Amino acid sequence: MKLLRSLMRTARRRSPWVFHANAGSCNGCDIEFLTCLTPRYDMEQLGIRHEGSPRHADIILVSGPVTRTTCEALQTVYGQVPDPKVVVALGSCPTSCNVFAGSPTVVGPLDRVLPVDVYVPGCPPRPDAMIAGLAEAAAILAGDKPRPEHQPGPADPDTADPDTADPDTADPDTIDPLTAEAAGEAGRR
Amino acid sequence: MTSVRAAVQLLVFPGLGYAVAAGFLMEWMQRKINARLQGRLGPPFYQPFFDVVKLLGKRPVERPPLQGLMMTALPAGAVVATLGAVALLPVVPSGGGFAGDLVLLVGLIELGPLLLVLGGFASRSLWGGLGASREAIMTAAYNLPFLTALIALAHSSGLSLNGAALEGSWPVRVLALLAILICLPAKLHLNPFSIAGAEQEIYAGATTEYDGPRLAMWELAHSLEWVALVGLVAALSLPVTGLGWPVRVLVFLGLSLLVVVLLSATAAATARLKLAQTARWFWLWALVPAASALVLAYAGI
Repeated sequence: MKLLRSLMRTARRRSPWVFHANAGSCNGCDIEFLTCLTPRYDMEQLGIRHEGSPRHADIILVSGPVTRTTCEALQTVYGQVPDPKVVVALGSCPTSCNVFAGSPTVVGPLDRVLPVDVYVPGCPPRPDAMIAGLAEAAAILAGDKPRPEHQPGPADPDTADPDTADPDTADPDTIDPLTAEAAGEAGRR
Repeated sequence: MTSVRAAVQLLVFPGLGYAVAAGFLMEWMQRKINARLQGRLGPPFYQPFFDVVKLLGKRPVERPPLQGLMMTALPAGAVVATLGAVALLPVVPSGGGFAGDLVLLVGLIELGPLLLVLGGFASRSLWGGLGASREAIMTAAYNLPFLTALIALAHSSGLSLNGAALEGSWPVRVLALLAILICLPAKLHLNPFSIAGAEQEIYAGATTEYDGPRLAMWELAHSLEWVALVGLVAALSLPVTGLGWPVRVLVFLGLSLLVVVLLSATAAATARLKLAQTARWFWLWALVPAASALVLAYAGI
């Protein structure tokens, strides 16, 4: 049993598959992320694979400040990824909204929508930093590193979208995106 | 004695034990050769193993009971069928027990793609259905030369698979082997025929909706498909009888790895074709060696 558990930990550390979601990014981080696949950085060495389907992924990599139109899609994608999973905020936009802070079309930063485990700030961050972030995410997956405590940010009623939010989730203070119900419901959509 | 032998054939060589280990090795070789030819370092050799272990440890998303059952049974069926095909490979002379003929072998090899098509539609995803229909069209395209070549082989040497029986005349074998080799990249979803999986283009094709252990079974089935198809080519090209079985096994392993290198290098050097181009390629050009083999076989050369 102990052997199996340590095998599973090793496997999770060595085979993190990434799904990349663009939540209104300017495409700078997205292009920079693809650099990680090139010969100079070659993240396949760490077993990282860029997957096309969220069902296959372990890590959700989000770029962009989370606009109103992408918020719900992002939650759906989060529910579609099977447990255990880790959310990585790629760039300054999902970390702090960057230059888009205060915009009426932006719901972010990302930690208001999803529980973020790893932040990779930068505009855009260097590929080395991205790979370091992904390696950290893999360590969290394997249980080598503790997950940071998630505190959903204070709700800003002006930026909550009345059309997409249903009554139960209208107030972000009352919902915890980590709960299994929330994740399962989003996954079935 | 025959039952012991059958058990060894099913569980050790060329069955379960060899097939799983060789499947992981071949999958790694393909990824590594691809990476090296692109100037990258590529994944370490244990990568496919850890990928499957990790997928087995994930908690699958809940599904309606019938759909969940189908999405579990179909990849499981693909694993079992392909494993049976590997165990049937005519490497060591069969001494009864677990024995079959070429028809059974081809049936088991063809079951994998068929179940993948069903699995794609069973997942009820748009992309899954798209990948599945592409796979179905591909099957129709590459199976014409593939089956023609096998019919030519069977006519020149008989349907039985007990090692020595696959030795028809050399011209027929070489031409049939060429046709089968051309079909292999399509059967293994490799470039230039990686149309059904088409990673990033239609997400993940038929397996888009599969997660955790269910996806692990598809990955395993794909590794085993490598062993079965590469093994078929290696077994068909085994030169001459009269060698002891250890030598045969060694030559078989060497030829298998050679075919893997060939396929991986082709995949790394080419780009994805369109579906119509693929169908034309198989129905026109791959059919030429297959049909010539058939003509030679029936002419008795």
